[in-house]
Amino acid sequence: MSAARETVIEVRGLRNQFGEQVVHENLDLDVYKGEILGVVGGSGSGKSVLLRSIIGLNRPAAGSVKVFGQEVTQLGDRERSLIEQRCGVLFQNGALFSSLTVAENVMVPLREHHNLPLALMQRLAALKIALAGLPAEAGAKFPSELSGGMVKRAALARALALDPEILFLDEPTAGLDPIGAAAFDQLILTLRESLGLTVFLITHDLDTLYTICDRVAVIAQKRVLIADTLDKVERFDEPWVHDYFQGPRGRAAESAAHAAKEH
Amino acid sequence: MAEPGTVTLDAGGRIVAAGDWTLAFLPALSDRVGAVKRRRSDGATIDASGIAHLDTAGAQLLLDLAGDSKDGIGGLDEGRRALVDTVAKAKAAAVAKPPERPPGLIALLARTGAAVETTWLNAVMLVGFIGLMLATIARVVPNPRRWRVTSLFFHIEQTGLDAVPIVALLSFLVGAVVAFLGATVLRDFGASVFTVELVGYSFLREFGVLLTAILIAGRSGSAFTAQIGSMKAREEIDAIRTLGLDPVEVLVLPRALALLISMPMLTFIAMLAGIFGGAMVCIFNLDISPGMFLQRFHDTASVRHFWVGMSKAPLFAFLIAAIGCLEGFKVSGSAESVGGHTTSSVVQSIFVVILIDALAAIFFMELDV
Repeated sequence: MSAARETVIEVRGLRNQFGEQVVHENLDLDVYKGEILGVVGGSGSGKSVLLRSIIGLNRPAAGSVKVFGQEVTQLGDRERSLIEQRCGVLFQNGALFSSLTVAENVMVPLREHHNLPLALMQRLAALKIALAGLPAEAGAKFPSELSGGMVKRAALARALALDPEILFLDEPTAGLDPIGAAAFDQLILTLRESLGLTVFLITHDLDTLYTICDRVAVIAQKRVLIADTLDKVERFDEPWVHDYFQGPRGRAAESAAHAAKEH
Repeated sequence: MAEPGTVTLDAGGRIVAAGDWTLAFLPALSDRVGAVKRRRSDGATIDASGIAHLDTAGAQLLLDLAGDSKDGIGGLDEGRRALVDTVAKAKAAAVAKPPERPPGLIALLARTGAAVETTWLNAVMLVGFIGLMLATIARVVPNPRRWRVTSLFFHIEQTGLDAVPIVALLSFLVGAVVAFLGATVLRDFGASVFTVELVGYSFLREFGVLLTAILIAGRSGSAFTAQIGSMKAREEIDAIRTLGLDPVEVLVLPRALALLISMPMLTFIAMLAGIFGGAMVCIFNLDISPGMFLQRFHDTASVRHFWVGMSKAPLFAFLIAAIGCLEGFKVSGSAESVGGHTTSSVVQSIFVVILIDALAAIFFMELDV
């Protein structure tokens, strides 16, 4: 990658606090166009809060968050809506609307932001559902009738509905079986290659980190300790980072990733 | 920078696509593609090199144009080729089929039939649930170690004590309204003083217990459904079962017994408040002194009216608790289901209460009490 990469998300000096508890302090992060950035950190280190701050669901106490070069905290409703249409978000538990079928869920953003004939919307919804790797019958089902993995895929289909430029994924492979998780990783990779997506990926899944992430950002001690390629992050001298990547699971995932590359 | 996508058929039979093939321009582009498709010759190739932006929606349209053979599309760079391949794969799997709906009359008949069947099944299930509750009571009552006293008192506070202000206020107001109505009608016959009997009879026999039951159905029956329903939705009921406990014993009995205890007390308060409301109207509007009201009330209202009203309170309490808890157990999965069953619980409880009250009125009339 060249040095002059285009920055799509720029976080500077972010501070988040809830009551007395400070979650982020002086946090800086850049996300470049077309990359898959993995965000890791211990439970409660504020990964989801960071995501919420970037997409404007959480108002930071201080600092600046720029998406596509615009300060998200100071946007009017109209500009905000335009930015939001360029971002797709997959929430941790899917957050599908329970009173709508999967296909209707996918059609919600299409219906709200574009004036399309119904038949065309149905075709687009069916396409996104297939893109997310769900069988065609799933479209007519309600979220309560889906398994955990299918909910994730349905939520991905909705996140992809408007062909976003940035995709935010909050633990997309958590709760999926290894085969499903690997397929999900491949799906993200394919979508990135073919749609040129930028992906902001929160994960605990070491396999995901090794297989698809271009860079990894480690959140600890209320800030981003390091955001760089996996090789460099692995060698970063900090106890938590060391335990994370050099622990038994980290090693297993690393060797598996190397073995896969050699084939 | 955005430039609407175009598609044209050039002189050599080639199809030339250009501009932005994105969601924003999809409706117009979709019409053009349909037109070009009808005129194209077989084996015509598509030149897609002029396309400025391409997204999944555009790729789907491009594949439509090519008759789903991606080989017919030329001029794609590597990234776009990957996009078209991905979309082609997804498109083959996707079937945009709106759910089939039967025609109007059949749908009407089907829904009517389904509604009748559901009503019948609900009634059967309610009877079964009441039996289950009674069996559990019979099992638990002789065994004091399994009484859930804390839970029982908690629910008595929630359903009884906390409901006192609203029950008293509403009964007071309805009592005043009944007295006003009686006074207006009876005045023409010079029989205003019978207002005392009207208020007394109606509140002792009917309104005291009925108003309380309707309020409790709306207030506590719905709460039971929502509490148990959200526990069901979060698999807490399953957890109770796997811990070797009986959900009916743990959740239903304390609630049902609490209502059985608090409802008669609330009914008594409602009777007092209603008669007090009637007395206020008599005193300030009909020039009947408090002493006279009491004297007349004492002379005319016999205690059997009180017992007729009071005898219905435990019955209503038990039915409201049974319906409220049963609807909670019927919740499946989603939060929306909790809302639906809560509504259903209130409607059913009020319906059953009024139905039983009407039957009881006939019953007591035949008995001549």
